[in-house]
Amino acid sequence: MSNPKLMQGNEAVAEGALAAGVLFYAGYPITPSTEIAEKMAERLPLVGGSFIQMEDEIGSMAAIIGASLTGLKALTATSGPGFSLMQENLGYAVATEVPCVVVNVQRGGPSTGLPTSPAQADVMQARWGTHGDHPIIAITPSTVQECYVLTVIAFNLAEEYRIPVILLMDEVIGHLREKVVLPDQLTIVNRKKPDVPPGEYLPYENDDSMIPAMANFGDGYRYHVTGLTHNQKGLSSGNPEVTKSFMQRLTQKLNPYLDRIQMVEEVQLEDADLILIAYGCSARSAMEALHIARGRGLKVGLFRPITIWPFPQKQLEKYVGRKFLVVEMNTGQLAGEIERIFGNKAVERLNRIDGELITPKEVLDKIGGVCNV
Amino acid sequence: MAMQKFLLTGTGGQGLILAAIMLAEAGIYAGQNVAQSQSYGPEARGGASRAEVIIGDEDIYYPKVERPNFVLTLSQEAYKKYGLHLDEEAILIVDDTQVTEVKPRSKNFYSLPITKAARAHFGSEQSANVLALGVVASISGYLSMDNVLQSVKHRAPKGTTEQNIKALEIGWKMGLKAGENQENKHCQNEGDES
Repeated sequence: MSNPKLMQGNEAVAEGALAAGVLFYAGYPITPSTEIAEKMAERLPLVGGSFIQMEDEIGSMAAIIGASLTGLKALTATSGPGFSLMQENLGYAVATEVPCVVVNVQRGGPSTGLPTSPAQADVMQARWGTHGDHPIIAITPSTVQECYVLTVIAFNLAEEYRIPVILLMDEVIGHLREKVVLPDQLTIVNRKKPDVPPGEYLPYENDDSMIPAMANFGDGYRYHVTGLTHNQKGLSSGNPEVTKSFMQRLTQKLNPYLDRIQMVEEVQLEDADLILIAYGCSARSAMEALHIARGRGLKVGLFRPITIWPFPQKQLEKYVGRKFLVVEMNTGQLAGEIERIFGNKAVERLNRIDGELITPKEVLDKIGGVCNV
Repeated sequence: MAMQKFLLTGTGGQGLILAAIMLAEAGIYAGQNVAQSQSYGPEARGGASRAEVIIGDEDIYYPKVERPNFVLTLSQEAYKKYGLHLDEEAILIVDDTQVTEVKPRSKNFYSLPITKAARAHFGSEQSANVLALGVVASISGYLSMDNVLQSVKHRAPKGTTEQNIKALEIGWKMGLKAGENQENKHCQNEGDES
């Protein structure tokens, strides 16, 4: 273990990306994510990588897809307004199955909203911001240490499952400085390469793994990349059979791997009558409230979805019959998902949308109300 | 150590975020957990600004400062916003150059010539932030000079290290002396009563 360091959340994302082996960054700086771009601009040239400040976020997303197709691990970072612009090409990366990591340090929205204030209102945009049925992975760090570790994991998941991974941060965690201990050893995953000669390579092969091998552009494997629905060779097709086969594999390709993708933190849930559900910055307030509530003898626990998409439903379903309180800085984007699972009678909400972090007292007051004490 | 919460307040541009980063890093050198944050927004370019530090050996969950143990104010506006309505036990430190109108406080109050000392020693207010850091750290008594010195050396902008070390030393001494004076005053008061 290295010596503990004081690090900012955004800085830890950049360090994590470098540890994961990122060699390409394209972005358009935006508050509250700018420090990621600054750090990458400083560090990438030193490791033989490239940093490009793009004309906008549409171009940024396009550039990281292109870089990834040549075999590089590629990163971009933004906030809500830029994330909106990235949606079209994000869908392209999903459909063409190009690994990449997109950081969204959430600020108040909609539109340019509150540039310097936190929010968690892009939860549904992370899931459904781009059109069409599609899989996505989104993960939510709650500490600066996690900003580092989860960025490495984001790249691993992107590489392993050929999918864009969204690191869904918020202004509080992005700008927070905390102690970070860099792990000595990290597991680094690289994409599966074809083990057949170029003539036999099927870039979108539908085999049992559901994740096709990916050849680098420039390595002699010529293939076609298109956002149009395509066959196993990558050629566009409107044939219903081809379309069905492509869409079934695409939308189900994470299913065999959910146990490895869905990370959660469970705190004092065994005997909990009331389960707080919170993520990112809100989980910090919820944890504080949980400890105070426990001190008062209230049986409160915390379920924290670190992987927010695909939502860890199976892990949460174990707790059917309990009461839930979803604490989040939006009007209830994740609460709706929990209500879908347990019905709305089991689910209470605590929401804040004024750009200020939810306080432990607010959570405690709500716990008091729900527990009737 | 029990959790200690610091608020460093003043005007945007005074370098209080850097001072807070140095304070937090000193906490790490002391083997503690820390959380450091700040308010961004228009105040970062003038108006009342605040930087926050929590230091302690327990896990820090909620990362913002709600009821501070130590408050530094380097401007009248910041004093109005953050220096009033404090817990009785909270220690308030104001810069007597910038904060001229204060509501009397019977205890835990220090009015010190922070900016004035920076001007006198360096001919500018440039290192007033680190001087103030020295004052706050020494009055708090929770960190060693060595730990703070280490973080000032690590975090001082290039070319300013020597001046900032000097500023830290001046601030540290100012804080120690102020602490002693207050203790003496306190003893005298107790003596008067008996």
